[in-house]
Amino acid sequence: MGTEHILGLVTGVIFGFLLQKGRVLRFDKQVGALLLKDMTIFKFMLSAIMVGMVGIYALQGMGAISLSHKSANLGGLLLGGALFGAGWAIMGFCPGTSLGAIGEGRWHAVFALLGMLVGAAIFAELYPVMKSTVLAWKDFGRLSLADVLGISPWAVIAAFWVVSIGMLAWFEKKGL
Amino acid sequence: MRLVTSDGGWNPYLGGALVGLLAIASAYATTKWLGKTAYLGASTTFVRAAGLAEKTIAAEHVSANEYFTKEKVRVDWQFMLVIGIFLGALAASLLDRSFKLEAVPPLWEQYFGPSIAKRAVAAFLGGAVAMLGARLADGCTSGNGLSGLMQLSLSGFVALAMFFGVGVATAKLVYRRAE
Repeated sequence: MGTEHILGLVTGVIFGFLLQKGRVLRFDKQVGALLLKDMTIFKFMLSAIMVGMVGIYALQGMGAISLSHKSANLGGLLLGGALFGAGWAIMGFCPGTSLGAIGEGRWHAVFALLGMLVGAAIFAELYPVMKSTVLAWKDFGRLSLADVLGISPWAVIAAFWVVSIGMLAWFEKKGL
Repeated sequence: MRLVTSDGGWNPYLGGALVGLLAIASAYATTKWLGKTAYLGASTTFVRAAGLAEKTIAAEHVSANEYFTKEKVRVDWQFMLVIGIFLGALAASLLDRSFKLEAVPPLWEQYFGPSIAKRAVAAFLGGAVAMLGARLADGCTSGNGLSGLMQLSLSGFVALAMFFGVGVATAKLVYRRAE
């Protein structure tokens, strides 16, 4: 194991520990959120994003890290996003949380894991076809929302905080 | 607001904020020690794992595949991260005794009964569809959702809107027998 592997493993162990303590790995929590009955995973994700975005842009501003936007490929995001959403609702796990769920004993997540491995293998076979069809439709490139709006990333971050706090306050008021 | 929930877990705002700090520390550490900023993600690892498994029976097929070549079939930083998620969750659940062997999720059972086979087929098919989608969208809830939004990526916002929008609609259609 080199530095790359040790670093990945340590980061993953902490990530898995926090996901489990937050109780967001469970099928019931994930499907509960999609049924709009239990907003635990929204609270967890929004908090992570709100804190993360400040540090990421601060470090990037100091030149300590670089951003790595994924390409905004419209066909891939719309079709892929829809397929992911549909599969997620039935599977009740995300790719990362499925491993965590197995870790906390919910061994039925193994079936989800196997399905995902097969899905990945199928995608590898379909890739040439996808590249010349769905993925060839429209690609906006590696952009941030701040680039699109032509404003400072800090203005977007401030707006994100305001909207998120409003949403979270509403969840708390509704007891979700 | 309580820091510990009734089931012994941590307040989700606290857990989430700590994941935010972890993402910042991880971006810094990977830049410093690996020379390239790496962001939290998971779904590419499934491609690499599928490639590694296929390699044992059809090595030439894997090395000739364009997508496997593009994503490089190897155990990398993210692969170890995903293994770490398993180990971290195992440790946390053993320490606070929330580890529980479970054959069918309680909420699933409310709607579809205790059949393991039924749950297995649904989870397998749902997983396959979700992973096809994650690869088309170039990332899942971690890569596009968490890491994408932290970076304010346009792709992250579009992906997460689709994930939740279609996820909520599908859940509404699928989970309604018991009601």
